[in-house]
Amino acid sequence: MTATTVLDVGASSPGKRRSLWRYWRGNLKGSEFTWALAFSVPYIAVFLGFVAYPVFYGLWMGSDPALYSDVFSDVIYQDTVINTLVFVVLGVNLKLFLALLLSGVFMRPGWLTKVMLMLFVLPWAVPQLPAFISLHWMLNGEWGLLNNALWILGGIEGPSWLNERWTALGAAIASHLWKWTPFWTVILLAGRMSIPQDIYDAAKVDGATGLNRFLFVTFPLLANLYLVLTLLATIFLLGDFNTVFFVTGGGPNNETHLLATLGIRNAFDLARPDLGVAVVMTALPVLIPLVIILMRKLRTTEVQL
Amino acid sequence: MSVALSSRRRSIHRWRRRADAVGSAVLSVALLVWWLLPIYNMLLIALDPEGETEFKGDLWPSDPTLKAFAGVFFEGYWYLKDFWLQFGNSFFIGAMTMVLTALIGSLGSFALGRMWRGRAGVISTAALLLYTVPVYFLVIPFYLLMHKYGLNDTLWAVIAANVTFAVPYALLILQWYGRLVPLELDDAARIDGATPVQVYMRIYLPLMAPALAVIGILAFLTAWNEYLYQFILLSSPGNKTVAISLATFFDNEYTPWNYPAAASLIYALPPIVLFFAVRRCIAAGLGSRRFRQ
Repeated sequence: MTATTVLDVGASSPGKRRSLWRYWRGNLKGSEFTWALAFSVPYIAVFLGFVAYPVFYGLWMGSDPALYSDVFSDVIYQDTVINTLVFVVLGVNLKLFLALLLSGVFMRPGWLTKVMLMLFVLPWAVPQLPAFISLHWMLNGEWGLLNNALWILGGIEGPSWLNERWTALGAAIASHLWKWTPFWTVILLAGRMSIPQDIYDAAKVDGATGLNRFLFVTFPLLANLYLVLTLLATIFLLGDFNTVFFVTGGGPNNETHLLATLGIRNAFDLARPDLGVAVVMTALPVLIPLVIILMRKLRTTEVQL
Repeated sequence: MSVALSSRRRSIHRWRRRADAVGSAVLSVALLVWWLLPIYNMLLIALDPEGETEFKGDLWPSDPTLKAFAGVFFEGYWYLKDFWLQFGNSFFIGAMTMVLTALIGSLGSFALGRMWRGRAGVISTAALLLYTVPVYFLVIPFYLLMHKYGLNDTLWAVIAANVTFAVPYALLILQWYGRLVPLELDDAARIDGATPVQVYMRIYLPLMAPALAVIGILAFLTAWNEYLYQFILLSSPGNKTVAISLATFFDNEYTPWNYPAAASLIYALPPIVLFFAVRRCIAAGLGSRRFRQ
């Protein structure tokens, strides 16, 4: 390994250029390389036209430093940052932990499990918008299903969930869990199912059962996948718009906005697109390290399923 | 002695099995209530003759009526007069997103996984970068760019946005699943003189069918779930989708809610039907345990 590196460094410049060229071509020869490139063209076009260009356009729009003093002095923005942190940290971890546990439940044999799984994935198939509006109604403090059911069943007077900042944010997180836990459960279930049975048999011979089996066999094998999913879910949640927009509407008094919804509000309700972009841009210091870790993880581990 | 011990062990075993059954029954019921409650709430409102959203404690409405569903079906209520046109638009967006995502994703993953085999530096980095863009962070630049591309207020603008955000997940799943298809198959075909296109058409696509079904469904669900891009990119009445019309419906304080609730339930049907229709493929595509053995 070291020898090759030394040789590479010591090679004459045309050789070096050739090896770089070869790296770029991924060791493919002539027509093979052309074919591979041709297969990638649609994908590259989508990437350049609809991701790279908008990203740079957004960076350019949000490049005026004066915008950021406007953003940071906004009281709503300060609340929004805290909301986003709470939403992302609680949302991602609760969702994935629940998904990890439930994927274990759905590994059990039997027809009942199969039926349960089918019902369980239903929220995933239900479109967000009607689901979140239904949740919005359910959570109404005066006539919603939740509070009225609490009153009828136990005589408990529930709080008016959507009129307080923290209960409203909690409702948004719960709604997000409702909608998205099935998706991650199915992925973790797939991860669990691809663990070969022999490993469990071997562990059984060594006396690992119950919790030990989970702690020392299943989890170490799933850990990589779990980490990648955590990173993906974090990025996914940072950009979540629909949950808060339809469940709380950013209210009460703009106290439950997330960066994504505040960006849209600034851009379209206040007609300040640059201010909207600037709000979203302030997530970059958190987003970029996440992206780098995720890319490393995805490339080096090759996600051993 | 040994008989006594084994019978005791058997009884412990039996107890444990019984506790297990009770535990899973309780868990099942709890999960069921939690997951089905919002859908049930929607159904109650849709069946109520006045569209009352108040929950009165009846598990089933006292005088249920299908009036609202009929109103949606025959576009009887003024607000729903374009319902089937909007439904068609939503369906067109969903179907095109599905087809284009499957096409672009499978071509890309073929090049990355079967030709470069993980050695392409620049392009695989770009592929990874795509995962990392949060969907709604790009709305504003996207909106302004669509004016430049001349695609604003066309369904294609929304399809472009959906495809952009569905392709990365498609690539991820295709790459995972693609590892289960041995590369030797491709090599053998190449030695026999097959071109890359033939390998793609005859070997790759047929063997990847379950994974393609999965990513197709995911893409359709992405499109069907989506609201903001549709709301921002589409403006003329002929281009409106069900999601946009539902959202405007809910903005209006004085509408009877049974109509939007019924429309929502009808809108929720296609993905559910699609989902159950291909659930075997999904199990095979994501589970793929059988394939391994």
